Amino acid sequence: MSANAGASAARAYPRRLSELARWEALIFVLIVATLIFGSGLSDRFLTLTNFSFASKDIAEIALMALPLALIVITAEIDLSVASVLGLSSAVLGELWLAGWSMEAIIPVCLAIGALCGAFNAFCVTRLGLPSLAVTIGTLTMYRGLALVVLGDQGVTDFPAEWTRFGFEDIPGTSIPYPIALVALLAVGLAVLLHATRLGREIYAIGANEEAARFSGIRVKRIKSMLFVLSGTVAALAGIVYSLRLASARANYGEGFELSVVAAVVLGGVSIFGGKGTILGVVLALILLGAIRSALTLGDVSQEWVLIVTGALLIAAVLGPNLVQRVREARAHRRDRDTWSAPSGEG
Amino acid sequence: MTSNSQRRPVLRLLLIPVLVLGLALAVAACGGDDDGNGSESAAENGEGGVPEGLEIVSIPKQLGNPYEEVEHGGVEEATTELGGEHSYEGPTDAGASSQVPLINAAGQQGVDALIIAANDPNAVCPALQQAEQSGVAIVAMDSDAAPECRSIFINQASTEGIGQAQIEMICDQVPDCEGEIAILSATANATNQNAWIEVMEQELEKEEYSGLELVEIAYGDDDDQKSFQETQGLLQAYPDLQGIIAPTTVGIAAAARFICGSPNEGEVVVTGLGTPNQMRQFVDSGCVEEFALWNPADVGYLAAHAAANLTAENITGEEGETFEAGRLGEYEIGADGEVILGPPTRFNQENIGDFDF
Repeated sequence: MSANAGASAARAYPRRLSELARWEALIFVLIVATLIFGSGLSDRFLTLTNFSFASKDIAEIALMALPLALIVITAEIDLSVASVLGLSSAVLGELWLAGWSMEAIIPVCLAIGALCGAFNAFCVTRLGLPSLAVTIGTLTMYRGLALVVLGDQGVTDFPAEWTRFGFEDIPGTSIPYPIALVALLAVGLAVLLHATRLGREIYAIGANEEAARFSGIRVKRIKSMLFVLSGTVAALAGIVYSLRLASARANYGEGFELSVVAAVVLGGVSIFGGKGTILGVVLALILLGAIRSALTLGDVSQEWVLIVTGALLIAAVLGPNLVQRVREARAHRRDRDTWSAPSGEG
Repeated sequence: MTSNSQRRPVLRLLLIPVLVLGLALAVAACGGDDDGNGSESAAENGEGGVPEGLEIVSIPKQLGNPYEEVEHGGVEEATTELGGEHSYEGPTDAGASSQVPLINAAGQQGVDALIIAANDPNAVCPALQQAEQSGVAIVAMDSDAAPECRSIFINQASTEGIGQAQIEMICDQVPDCEGEIAILSATANATNQNAWIEVMEQELEKEEYSGLELVEIAYGDDDDQKSFQETQGLLQAYPDLQGIIAPTTVGIAAAARFICGSPNEGEVVVTGLGTPNQMRQFVDSGCVEEFALWNPADVGYLAAHAAANLTAENITGEEGETFEAGRLGEYEIGADGEVILGPPTRFNQENIGDFDF
């Protein structure tokens, strides 16, 4: 029973807890290490106040990373999320200037996010274009649209009863409103991905799209849904960001897509598709937030945040690669031993 | 697979983030609650002096900007003179929210004063207000934050004076004060550049500048490469361009580098705000005739003294109050908490050799 030699490179659906735990356990260990390290750098690190601050800094990245994880599991990608964030902020600002109420503006922004996602979906599923190329294009296009909508100006007179949703904690707790939003989305997507048939189909598409299509999975429809979800959530992130900063600008979110992809990759989601969990992404986000907070509070220069994050990412990509090679080398050796043993047949 | 064995991994999946969060919060609760009262500064001295051991944090728009490094060197100079401790923390990019974690950290650490050159006047406001509630004195310099989020703003020269000087210079240098001009600014959200540009646009409506036409405002984002490319773009889009005003030291250096030594040298005037050291070669070669600035170190120096006096509660930022600023003498606070350093200095071939920054 040479189970290992025949195992496919991508285990589509983690059946056993032990397999699931490998990557996530590693990230968890790194989180603990960071918490220890951070508390050594500053005695203000392990406080509820700091948790509130640090988690807010990564809230928008977290929101966008969760749907992106699902997209990457289907072996696609969406790099336009940060530009949708900017477009959403621009629309929010422009409609506010025009006198609309926030209750009316928010659904419009979300709808525009959904439309942006739908356009991405159309290009990828109907026109058959590679999502990398499409979303690099829409990344630029949506940012341009944002600048057309709002121009260079900033809109700043949002009322306190709305901006508090951006940076205040839920009364009585140290949990900021945006984090509650992230938690809701994480739980929702975790249930979707790991406990529904749709989730299994998403993994199947990533593992082998052709086979998935032939087994009756509606690949195009699922991918379209995921892109629309990504766009909508990115627009939501734009609203949260604008409320947190109490201002709206067209250039908000520039460069965020890199942090979002970093969180997804660090979370153990394979770029090739078919592998990854929401838990991994959540842990990766916690790790990235903790590192940023530890270094900032510890008065370490901001360049080190970039260096450490980059190093982690490289390790995240190299790691599985190395493990795979070691496994193959071992299997090869085992096969060689099997074949070279004297055969009693014939 | 039956639904049972699929549900178990899911429960475990949901359990682990709950565990992680619970662990973090438990550790945090044990670690103690920061009730926001971090400032232990010795503000007991009511005699007009400034207490020793002040902790001052200064935050530039972005790391790696030579002008800002000189400016914050002035903060260091003043803080050392006052017997305090200076900490320089900057973001790696000039985005609107990049300074927020640094402001939060300063508030959490309970420093005495925070001096900031804001990337975006409003985006940093909630964070600054929260820091102020923790007992940190907030001083803005160079690039202002919204007035309700800071006590004092150190303006290097009056906003009008800076805008007017640049229009005067371009008019002096462009033949007959007639032709198309463009502005090469920093980022689109920068408070200071935007304020100066507004003044420049108003100036251009005056009778004596009627020959000049502002055709475009380009944004180089205070990035050398982008500014270089934007200059190229301007010259391609407007072949008859007579002059470029760059109210940012990174922009003017990049524009001068593009134009001097190219066929456009002598045809297109480059002026604006620059540091003598960066612009020396262009002035010596005759390519750039005149530009302006002030001593950025003095800006930082004045800001630190203002911050120290705020902490010592000698001043509160009200109009008419005065305070001592070391070697710069006495300063009075103007409207809206603004303190003006002095008039801008113009640099040209005659005097550029006298300066080293």
